Amino acid sequence: MQATPIHPAKPPVAPTAAKADDDKTVPLRINGRAYSFDGDETMPLLWYLRDVLRLTGTKFGCGIGACGACTVLVDGKAQRACLTPMKALAKREVTTIEGLAGSELHPLQQAWVEIDVPQCGYCQAGQIIAAADLLKRTPNPNDDEIGKISNLCRCGTYPRIRKAIKRAAEITRERAAREGSKS
Amino acid sequence: MSKDRTIANPSRRRFLVVGAAASGALIVGWRTVQAQQALPYLGARFEPVSLGVFVRIEKDGEVIIGARGCEIGQGVKTSLPMLIAEELDIDWTRVRVEQLPYGYIDTDKGPSDKYGDQGAGGSTSIPTAWKDLRQAGAAARWLLLVAASAKLDIPAGQLRTESGSVIAPDGTRTLYGDLVDAASKLDPPTEPRTLKKPEEFKVVGKPAPTVDAREIVTGQTQYGIDAYLAETLIAVVARSPWIDGEITSLDDAEARRVPGVKDIVRITGPKPGDAIDGALADGVAVLATSTWAALKGREKLKIEWKPGAFAEESTESLRRQADELLKPANADKAVAVRRDGDVDKARKAARKTIEARYGVPFLAHATMEPPAALIHVEKDKVLLIASLQDPNGASEVINAVTGIARSKIEIRMPRAGGGFGRRLKNDYIAEAALIARQADKPVKLLWTREDDIRHDFYRPFCVFQMAASLDRKNEVSAWSAHCAATPRNHRDRGMKERPLWNGTLAPDDFPAGLVPNFDLSLLPLESGQPRGWWRAPVSNATAFAVQSFIDEIAVALKQDPLALRLKLLGEPRELPYHGHGGPVFDTGRMAAVLNAAAERIGWKRKPERDRGLGIAGHFTFGGYAAHAFEVSAIDGNVVVHRAVCAIDVGHVVNPLGLEAQMIGGTIDGLSTALNLGITLKDGKVQQSNFGDYPLLRMAQAPIDVEVVIIDSGKEPSGAGEMGLPSALPALTNAIYAATRVRIRELPIGDQLRKIL
Ligand code: FES
Ligand code: FES
Repeated sequence: MQATPIHPAKPPVAPTAAKADDDKTVPLRINGRAYSFDGDETMPLLWYLRDVLRLTGTKFGCGIGACGACTVLVDGKAQRACLTPMKALAKREVTTIEGLAGSELHPLQQAWVEIDVPQCGYCQAGQIIAAADLLKRTPNPNDDEIGKISNLCRCGTYPRIRKAIKRAAEITRERAAREGSKS
Repeated sequence: MSKDRTIANPSRRRFLVVGAAASGALIVGWRTVQAQQALPYLGARFEPVSLGVFVRIEKDGEVIIGARGCEIGQGVKTSLPMLIAEELDIDWTRVRVEQLPYGYIDTDKGPSDKYGDQGAGGSTSIPTAWKDLRQAGAAARWLLLVAASAKLDIPAGQLRTESGSVIAPDGTRTLYGDLVDAASKLDPPTEPRTLKKPEEFKVVGKPAPTVDAREIVTGQTQYGIDAYLAETLIAVVARSPWIDGEITSLDDAEARRVPGVKDIVRITGPKPGDAIDGALADGVAVLATSTWAALKGREKLKIEWKPGAFAEESTESLRRQADELLKPANADKAVAVRRDGDVDKARKAARKTIEARYGVPFLAHATMEPPAALIHVEKDKVLLIASLQDPNGASEVINAVTGIARSKIEIRMPRAGGGFGRRLKNDYIAEAALIARQADKPVKLLWTREDDIRHDFYRPFCVFQMAASLDRKNEVSAWSAHCAATPRNHRDRGMKERPLWNGTLAPDDFPAGLVPNFDLSLLPLESGQPRGWWRAPVSNATAFAVQSFIDEIAVALKQDPLALRLKLLGEPRELPYHGHGGPVFDTGRMAAVLNAAAERIGWKRKPERDRGLGIAGHFTFGGYAAHAFEVSAIDGNVVVHRAVCAIDVGHVVNPLGLEAQMIGGTIDGLSTALNLGITLKDGKVQQSNFGDYPLLRMAQAPIDVEVVIIDSGKEPSGAGEMGLPSALPALTNAIYAATRVRIRELPIGDQLRKIL
């Protein structure tokens, strides 16, 4: 068997330093790096991430804000990238699924693997980002609060998503305790 | 989803091949009889570059297992390699799984496949692999044993293997990695190896998480839609909103002025009335440097269409057609699917005959990843990267469009964002090839959700007229089901020889063989809409009609719905079952899942106020499933308080994956029963996106689906489809128990809110 990579190497898209107040460009940060966008300002963030930066973890599912497959964090808040035009992002900080983990997996990512949530997996980046937003506001969510996540999963992984969110809340506490005992 | 190609060639014989990779790794694979005969060196070693493989053992002991199936979320990328690992006796945690590409080879006997069947349809991956992939693992293990025997000078019979080592009688271990050199020079076994007994399994039957889980949750996994090549142009297509519609005028001047738009080309669908085996419709493709530019360009197209012959079609007109056809006067139009005894006579002699009519709508697949394909058509070769269910069909379609030899068509199959039968049609691959043929760059075709909902191969629209006659002893003496439906077998070249009811009805479906006088017939409806395979084809419609009707009979007889089902099933025995899922239907296995579901939900107890319990069971493609739900529907708002699914798919390969499929199938069934339907007006699909095709959201789904797995130890069936069919009638039966309102028309929509 040849280990043929399914996809060719990504073309390098060099991040550029954010320019100062130039009315034609949009300076923003994505996953901690500075970018300067100077294309069609009405283009939704989703297509900038995917077509230009090749950050394909953020998915296209409906284009109308109904499915949540494209959910990203903008200044820490969950937002549908398919409905977010580039012009709305000046000086904003965007976090995509690729930028969620720190030195170790985000508690949600770890829980998702433990509980084996993904079936096809296509919706899961959006689910995890939506859950990250929820956990930030509600560190210990109950079933009703979890049920407010409106992202669609065609494969029907909802029961495991629920379990994984609760498990992630636990992991977060465990990590905090670990940090606490270290210091 | 049953598929012609798979069924036509149930089990081609395969030969084992063995060899060494450039790295010195041992490689074991299978080749089909056809391929084998085409080569002079029968059973001999081969160059790994030209032939496929499943197992690679590196000298450092790393084991890489190739996954051959299309991973659409059903878990085959995990479960198929597990079968190999089991027989090879390696530690599952030390296995790395790699996706294999589509393996096509030319032989003088015609086309063949390097890796065996790679398609995903009809839940057939596991049953097929249960036979051939375990042998591949066992053969690799045998080679290592023979090599160890020579090296240690101990008869192979005295050696055993365990987690990646050969173990001598004195306990010394030789790592597989140290035997690879010698093993790769051996000829493969001439006889099939003896496989492990289930009680010896160490990998099979143990929960294994999805091999790609970590990549998926970090956004690293690339699906078909995520593929890009250098200089790729993105294409979106404006398709005829009517089936067989034609372009009468096109003004693309404004579209061409959109920055980023590079070209605009036309594509053609089938000739009116012809088989739909290429693109689905005539259309205009906009090629641009970004998806956004392509979408903006498409909006600026000015196209006038001439609708095809079905421009007047509507859901209302289909209903009228069905009502007319189901009148006794039209009985001569019925196509017999199965007839036993004399239904009319039994009816005349009956104490009472109960009748009811059920309807199910067209359904779209709505895979979370919409159809998309990246294709590069060059002068004499093609590269396709796409999420697929039928790579063999994709290869055929590209060959038909481009004329390029199939051996020069490379197909990579990344993980797919759902399948549900949608990708058994390769119309989107044909479209991509038609466009790319006119472009000098790689083209990525993208379907928007609107494109997807409006241009699908829909689950057939069906109206079932059911009748059951009860004799003096209150036994069901006659059963008839007349189904007026838009047959699935429609404009399908590959299925021309098959009966019209293929893919719409199944002759031996319950209660066939259990009622002496039986009549199952199809009354074909005229419709222009394309039809296709949709998760658990046939069963996804028939289970609702049959299992709802059983409940109605139980109510009429004042019997317990579970008891009536068990009584009809009778003594445990095997009845002949023709068609996919056969050769037998085991009434005992069906009764066992019904009993298990009933026991888990607490069938005998009286539920609390406003709640009701419902049950249903169905046999799909060799698997036995039963659902039991506890629901309330106060003011018409359906709440599923508890959901139980009992399942028997024979030997369980991966319980974690099986449970996931049952949870998913159950929720898909609930989603479909509650909300989903495609309707037509003026020949066009009325829905367009998740706003009007509202998949179930988390808040409406049950908090948990309790899955009861019954390991009957029988030959395994797959698991992708069995979890859906009985969920729909179990829900409506539970709604009846809670509210005394019988749902006979799906989706439920706001029917209950209007009544309650
Ligand atoms: S793609 Fe953005 S919400 Fe569906
Ligand atoms: S896992 Fe397939 S759509 Fe959610």
